[in-house]
Amino acid sequence: MSGFISLFQAAVVFGTVIMFGAVGEIITEKSGNLNLGVPGIMFLGGIASLAGTFLYQLSVNNALQSAYDAFIASGGVKENFAPSGALAFFSEQSSSAITGFAANGWVGVIIAFLCAFLAAAFGGFIFAFLTITLRANQNVTGLTLTIFGSGVANFFGGSLNTLAGGVGQISVETTSRAYRTSIPFLSDLGVVGELFFSYGWLVYVALIVAIFCQYYLTRTRAGLNLRAVGENPATADAAGINVTAHKYLATCLGAGISGIGGLFYVMDYTKGTWANDGTIEALGWLAVALVIFATWRPKNAIWGAYLFGVLYWAYLYIGGLTRASQEIFKMLPYIVTIVVLIFISLRKKKENQPPAALGLPYFREDR
Amino acid sequence: MDNNVAVRMENITKAFGTKVVANKNVTLDIRKGEILALLGENGSGKTTLMNMLSGIYFPDSGRIFVDGKEVSIHSPKDAYSLGIGMIHQHFKLVDVFTATENVALGMDKKITGRRNKIAKDVQEICDRYGFDVKPDQKVYNMSVSQKQTLEIVKALYRGAELLILDEPTAVLTPQESDKLFSILRTMKEEGKSVILITHKLNEVLSVSDRVSILRKGEYIDTVETKDATAESLTEMMVGKKVILDIDRPEVENKQKRIEIKNLSCVNKYGVKALDDVSFDIYGGEILGIAGISGSGQKHLLESIAGLQETEEGSSVKYYEPETGKEEQLIGKTPMQIRQQGVALSFVPEDRLGMGLVGTMGMSDNMMLRSYKNGFLFTDRKSPKDLAIKVKDDLGVITPNIQTPVRKLSGGNVQKVLVGREIASNPKVLLTAYAVRGLDINTSYTIYGLLNEQKKKGVAVVYVGEDLDVLLALCDRIAVLCSGKLNGVVDARTTTKEEVGLLMTNLREDGDNNE
Repeated sequence: MSGFISLFQAAVVFGTVIMFGAVGEIITEKSGNLNLGVPGIMFLGGIASLAGTFLYQLSVNNALQSAYDAFIASGGVKENFAPSGALAFFSEQSSSAITGFAANGWVGVIIAFLCAFLAAAFGGFIFAFLTITLRANQNVTGLTLTIFGSGVANFFGGSLNTLAGGVGQISVETTSRAYRTSIPFLSDLGVVGELFFSYGWLVYVALIVAIFCQYYLTRTRAGLNLRAVGENPATADAAGINVTAHKYLATCLGAGISGIGGLFYVMDYTKGTWANDGTIEALGWLAVALVIFATWRPKNAIWGAYLFGVLYWAYLYIGGLTRASQEIFKMLPYIVTIVVLIFISLRKKKENQPPAALGLPYFREDR
Repeated sequence: MDNNVAVRMENITKAFGTKVVANKNVTLDIRKGEILALLGENGSGKTTLMNMLSGIYFPDSGRIFVDGKEVSIHSPKDAYSLGIGMIHQHFKLVDVFTATENVALGMDKKITGRRNKIAKDVQEICDRYGFDVKPDQKVYNMSVSQKQTLEIVKALYRGAELLILDEPTAVLTPQESDKLFSILRTMKEEGKSVILITHKLNEVLSVSDRVSILRKGEYIDTVETKDATAESLTEMMVGKKVILDIDRPEVENKQKRIEIKNLSCVNKYGVKALDDVSFDIYGGEILGIAGISGSGQKHLLESIAGLQETEEGSSVKYYEPETGKEEQLIGKTPMQIRQQGVALSFVPEDRLGMGLVGTMGMSDNMMLRSYKNGFLFTDRKSPKDLAIKVKDDLGVITPNIQTPVRKLSGGNVQKVLVGREIASNPKVLLTAYAVRGLDINTSYTIYGLLNEQKKKGVAVVYVGEDLDVLLALCDRIAVLCSGKLNGVVDARTTTKEEVGLLMTNLREDGDNNE
């Protein structure tokens, strides 16, 4: 039982990373842009959230430290230290007022979120600018973006470690803990609580985002217009829809959502530290695979993401595997994707096909 | 200004790049409640001119007036708000959407209301005009004619007072065309204006009130249809007299060249595309193939050329002209069949999809047929000579023979394709839609080329859309209907109505030949 619970929990955590990545990519692909830079974008989101929070915590700590030093130097007593203004707010929040200066976790949450979203959206903007305005090849641009993102992220990941003192790893524990806050009361409900309510709140945000995107794409007029752009841009154009604007917006927004996957990985799974092991990249590719698996529907991405999470970790819970045979089981998510791809290709149901203009550039005056 | 004028275009000029001037100083009036035919050869700038009304292009200079007020149309949305709707040659529809969703596309919810209200409005329009479209039908399930109808519904729903149709009958059967024309007449009676872009003279004469003629981007004249004749219009369009009769030389001593027996195949959806088709093709004749688009024409030609997998029991026999030796083509590779002397020139709807590589020049495209010649290195000289010959013989307009064919106009692309196939000295020449979208002059050039092949004793198969041409050019016409051979008629004695009927009504007794 406990084996099952821990597999389920591990699956939900990785599934959430993949879900963010996949839902963002679905939005992007629905506009006809095939952005293969999802892993790079998740890298960007992850490192930006970490760097933003780190710099924020560092500055608060430094300010508190110097205020404290000044207070002591002027003859104050340690227990009476009471800084004014914003600093008072921060020292209030840090329970052990003086011994360990710490920033407010929830301010960190907002900063991390904005940094991750904006950095990832900027990655999407690079892609959009290159492929829409400069008409570069989408596949090449996407793959380049993946390489770029992983390079930038790992470079700054290393730099942050150096900034933090050079030994060991940095950690933005306060913010990470705020991200890992689970729903009160519900998480105490025994097995049910452990299975469904023991996670950081972003797990539920991912569900809401996926459901919202599903609703947006299938039920709203704006979603209809976006799908039209991805299916047949010339038609959308003739119907008075601004194709370029839709593609830009969907690509940037989609990248932003994918980037939150990177944030969740850094803040929740690695608990606010930087690990240079390339797991983000693996999850990013799984997100791309999940888009196909989900047949471009966010609602399918929900259960698909958790299934991928289970398949990803399955090798740890299958008995009698050697290090070599584990590797075979690590292929499971990819094999499932290929099987699904074969299946939908065989069935040829029009609604399950990729957006018809996926990967194709569009220029109006082209004759 | 005349109150009766709905839209006026004044001194419109539009150029693409520095060299190609598509429209030069064109002035055009469209009256309320009339059907105006816009007539011109390929590349005469008809579509470009209309695209400036529909907001796809913006004129370099000139003015546009709607109801006497000067307007500037920057986007299709602007055009719609001015009551101008255009139905493009390639339908602007999203395949996986329903009719209603396609209508709702790009429209403000405040104007249209919720989706089921649009569906109701769509149904209302369909009922009023007698359209055969259901609001929740998916576009990919629609016939070509239904798609076109949906386009008209879309324009009407958006309140179009002026409807522009770009070669609407190119994909329709005669019956469907007649239906379209009666719809257009109804719209005219309601006071709406219609512009019909076309180069089919019989349509112009039967349906329009006035005709405006463009030639090489310049406005020539506007005449009342009742004062015009096919000859006078052609002269204005081409700039010189053209003899409109298609030549049909008699060839003696026809020999059986290909014998098709029980040919069946399935399409990619597993549905029968050809069902037990049997007939013969003779050398020295042009055999026409008629049928509604998608009745199996493509599969038939591809089966002969070896590009299509056929069902058990199908047989395509080829008879050597001199020796009479027979040869089973089924089971041979396309390359082997080609070496037997069977040439296929298929002009698909997008003209480039088959046979030519858009990004390569004429010379490289010629080489697609000869790249295996030469030892170790490819022979580049002869394809180049051939390209120059085709360019000169057929009058292909291109900056030079290395220019990617994608950049040529549709008619010129076709000339390259047909020219190359004829140049290979075939024994059997399969052509599909060889004159699709071509202007009169070029079409006649191509008819001439086909007749020349026929006189040489080549078996020519001509899959066509225009029944008038099929009737005038071919010796016999085989009519396909839903993948079945619905009859083979003598083109000299049959009528358009008979062929039209065979195209649409599958006869009960099925494979009744000759």
